[in-house]
Amino acid sequence: MTNAWTDIKNTDLVIVMGGNAAEAHPCGFKWVTEAKAHRGAKLIVVDPRFTRTASVADYYAPVRPGSDIAFLMGVIRYCIENDRVQWEYVRNYTNAALLVQEGFGWKDGLFDGYDPEKRAYDMDGWDYQRDDEGYALTDPTLQDPNCVWNLLKKHVDVYTPDFVADVCGTPKDRYLKICEMIAECSAPDRVMTSMYALGWTQHSKGAQNIRGMAMLQLILGNIGMPGGGVNALRGHSNIQGLTDIGLLSHTIPGYLSMPKDDEVDFETFMSTKLNKPTQRGQTSFWQNYRKFMVSFQKAMWGDAATAENDWAYDYLPKLDVPYYDILRFFDMMSKGQVNLYFCQGFNPLMSFPNRAKLTEALSKLKLLVVMDPLQTETAHFWENHGPFNDVDPAQIATEVLELPTTCFAEDEGATVNSGRWLQWHWPGATPPGQAKPDTWILSNVFLRVKELYRTEGGPFPDPILNLTWDYEDPYEPTPAELAKEMNGRALSTLYDPTDPAKVLVEAGQQLPNFAVMRDDGSTMSGCWIYAGSWTEDGNMMARRDNSDPGDVGLFLNWTFAWPANRRILYNRASADLAGKPWDPARKLLEWDGERWTGYDVPDISPTAKPGEVMPFIMTDEGVGRLFSRKGLKDGPFPTHMEPFESPVPNALNASLRGNPVARVFSNDLEQMAGIADPDFPCVGTTYRLTEHFHYWTKHSRVNAVLQPEFFVEISEELAAEKGIRKGGQVRVWSKRGEVFAKAVVTKRIRPMLVGGKSIHVIGIPIHWGFMGAARKGYSANTLTPFVGDANIDTPEFKAFLVNIEAAEKGPLA
Amino acid sequence: MTDRAPQPLTAAANPPVQPLESNLLPSDVVRVSATKDVPKPDRQLTEVAKLIDVSKCIGCKACQSACIEWNDTHPTVEENVGVYENPHDLTPDMFTLMRFTEYENPETNELEWLIRKDGCMHCEDPGCLKACPAPGAIVQYSNGIVDFIHENCIGCGYCVTGCPFDIPRISKTDHKSYKCTLCSDRVAMGQGPACAKACPTQCITFGPKEEMKKHAEERIEDLKSRGFEHAGLYDPQGVGGTHVMYVLHHADKPSLYAGLPDEPAISPLVREWKGPAKTVGLAAIGLAAVGAALHGLFGRALEVTEHEEEEAQELVDETTPGAPADKGDA
Repeated sequence: MTNAWTDIKNTDLVIVMGGNAAEAHPCGFKWVTEAKAHRGAKLIVVDPRFTRTASVADYYAPVRPGSDIAFLMGVIRYCIENDRVQWEYVRNYTNAALLVQEGFGWKDGLFDGYDPEKRAYDMDGWDYQRDDEGYALTDPTLQDPNCVWNLLKKHVDVYTPDFVADVCGTPKDRYLKICEMIAECSAPDRVMTSMYALGWTQHSKGAQNIRGMAMLQLILGNIGMPGGGVNALRGHSNIQGLTDIGLLSHTIPGYLSMPKDDEVDFETFMSTKLNKPTQRGQTSFWQNYRKFMVSFQKAMWGDAATAENDWAYDYLPKLDVPYYDILRFFDMMSKGQVNLYFCQGFNPLMSFPNRAKLTEALSKLKLLVVMDPLQTETAHFWENHGPFNDVDPAQIATEVLELPTTCFAEDEGATVNSGRWLQWHWPGATPPGQAKPDTWILSNVFLRVKELYRTEGGPFPDPILNLTWDYEDPYEPTPAELAKEMNGRALSTLYDPTDPAKVLVEAGQQLPNFAVMRDDGSTMSGCWIYAGSWTEDGNMMARRDNSDPGDVGLFLNWTFAWPANRRILYNRASADLAGKPWDPARKLLEWDGERWTGYDVPDISPTAKPGEVMPFIMTDEGVGRLFSRKGLKDGPFPTHMEPFESPVPNALNASLRGNPVARVFSNDLEQMAGIADPDFPCVGTTYRLTEHFHYWTKHSRVNAVLQPEFFVEISEELAAEKGIRKGGQVRVWSKRGEVFAKAVVTKRIRPMLVGGKSIHVIGIPIHWGFMGAARKGYSANTLTPFVGDANIDTPEFKAFLVNIEAAEKGPLA
Repeated sequence: MTDRAPQPLTAAANPPVQPLESNLLPSDVVRVSATKDVPKPDRQLTEVAKLIDVSKCIGCKACQSACIEWNDTHPTVEENVGVYENPHDLTPDMFTLMRFTEYENPETNELEWLIRKDGCMHCEDPGCLKACPAPGAIVQYSNGIVDFIHENCIGCGYCVTGCPFDIPRISKTDHKSYKCTLCSDRVAMGQGPACAKACPTQCITFGPKEEMKKHAEERIEDLKSRGFEHAGLYDPQGVGGTHVMYVLHHADKPSLYAGLPDEPAISPLVREWKGPAKTVGLAAIGLAAVGAALHGLFGRALEVTEHEEEEAQELVDETTPGAPADKGDA
């Protein structure tokens, strides 16, 4: 989230699109009901289904799964055409005026420079025209045909209301009504918030869905505003923490990059990181990258990381591919290229697409180690559970070890919520049986591996032998020790660079923030963005002061929010160029003539003069990007792309299939339905129900009572067409497998008119499996395609093709 | 920031709340089934109410979950029969149930998904209590809570018939009647009901009835501003008002909400029948035993005459006017 859950109460308009906040985030959704009850806010829901969020919305419109970009580009077109733009914001705080290189172009659904062989664009031209010093050329009058604003206007021109209605299946009148409601928030004193979740990410163009909303919010001037922003609702209570501390193959803690194998030394690695400002006088905060990187390396290898050895740069793994995402990893596993899989707190047999492929992959492992508080399907993938897991154990040689772990309620530590708050918690219960904390298990594994390297050597034991492990009990580091390490401390005394006599931090003391970090090896920090979370004043994450000066919903003394306890990112943009709040009734910060003052921690140097330093300090332009340059592989602007399995051809270019730059493994493509495949006429979309939490609550009887059995949701029209009765048994199948389920026949899903064709959507909830207290059931991922987003490979769970029939004599009781 | 009506005192888990005063002693009973001449308590408790604002309800079933957990009941894991109601009806193990109705509003042509938390309404004039032939099996406290004392229940089912809302359910295991207690055990300790505590959107609030009515007014005003011109409070006077109230967008048509009775009333038969006390020897039910445990207090031998059985049977056979006709299983 750019903002925080508690800030949603400040909004005038909530748009829930690409998510289902009331069902998937019921506790956070209280802030929507609060905004409605006490601010008179309106709620719009755009979703293929009339969800429980829609049940409390002021306005609802359906959208075909996988067509959100067309909708969002259409709204941007509407705002531009009707002059509903926060002009002062757009001119000053976005890259609207910057000139893009000649030759940037888009035609027939593709940007110029597409190479179908490589499935990639030539991105060279996706950049600014520059002067001799490397600064971007601008045209503040927005007249130059190559300025971002004019390119954007041209780009969205195709997304007329008729086009949007035809592609999205959204009735035109409903679409236009929503455009009108959104456009009102271009006024400086009207603010919209966007709440989205996996309904936007789980597409082969997920990142571009979100870009679309980010661009719209910039045009409306809603980024940095109280009650505004683009708010990702994380699907798991600590998934924000997971990404923060780099539990992804291509990142290291604090969103730093894992080196690639062509980055042969530290300087080569750093050469692409220290982004020089592209506009004069701008912050371009990533110029501090080296300080964070060296502090990380010092946290990892302590005294073994020296200036001479590039801070032990060679100890870091180097990626030979862009990243080892779960799809690539399971694809490798299915090809017999993986021997051992350590599966920690994760149930991939249920969670990832094309279950048959996953079973095949797990069957080719030599050893599978599962660390989990629960008995997962993944750990039991080799057991036969009749139709619900129809495998032959005799044919599976994989050895499986289950290591029971504590669950979150038995642990101490911080979980990081969607609003980036690190909330410390204490154990509420004693772990059962032999359950051990994950840290205990990993420490014991590590120390044994280290001992083997010490006694037996190996090709390169240094990173293991020299890893810092200075915990009081090396077999069980405490949460406090780990948290302090992530915050970081001074390794030698830090003096003020402007006054060498002044001591900033004594040697050995916890760092107060990341501003004091150094690239000379005198500081260490395991995760630079967490600096400030455990200082010399103690554990800031354990704070529970709910006072809220100004009633602004920020609660600065409640736990700790990264970065720097800032609650609203880009908050300098809540004030105009002169430093006055756009909306005096919604003041966050203002310039008092000498410095920034107000309720939040300024997201800018406190003395950076308004009009000189622009609010978006993390970009090298200093402004928000309507044109994202080379940031995303599939284009500097979002362009309409169909899902890989689409019921209609791409209206911009019938020859395109899915996202043209998404990675697809060849054997997976063969397992996908064709465009408008007559064998698979319906659109399937998967989601979670509010009664459940992913696959965990299968183990809880109460949750099983509340939503007991696997079902699919279909329209009354589809039910009539196929002779399916309410509560009857159906078979749903894709090119990858079949499931049997009960039918919920509802008015909340309606056929959509797309490309002149009536399209049926089938809603397929996730949850059921073959372990736990709930009824056994088929799993939705039996059906889903093995392909992901072009930029990050989040699987395309939200739009794929299936067929359905009544199956009264199916295997369900 | 806008001016606000006072926030609910208790039960809402967030923001933090102050507990109500501890109350609800056995001596606060004002009515007892099959018992006349209940001594007047020496104090009158503040009347309480649970307010369910259906316009804030997201149908998450946290209330059901909390109810199961607090009351330690064991509902069956049923099948899916094509609806979102699970269990499919109130049961002796499920005292509250979200009921879902898909309604196409003919005036606006908009689809509405009306979600209502069903359960005991805690009537000021409780039909169950009036119909009950078992002395001390149903009591009402001066704060309005209607509670079943299971030791005294004979499982006859008259309370089911006497209820204009079709709430009590008879257990096939122990042959006792069960329903929502309004968490009388929690209220006695100054807490609100478990469902209200669990509700994430403050759709369910709990406190003094007058405060709840004020809170409802604010909500109704908001709903009217959003075009629900018939928004209103459901506090039906046919049963003397209730201690569970609803804010409805369509207060002119309560039955839209899965058959919530438009004009609930106790069967006239029950009223007539309940004139004289049916049992003997229970005029003084021991209400002087202040401080005794509820269970001990109400644990009494019961006597029901044959004649009473016959009368009661007639009553059971009657169709109760105003009872919900259609459960609206959409």
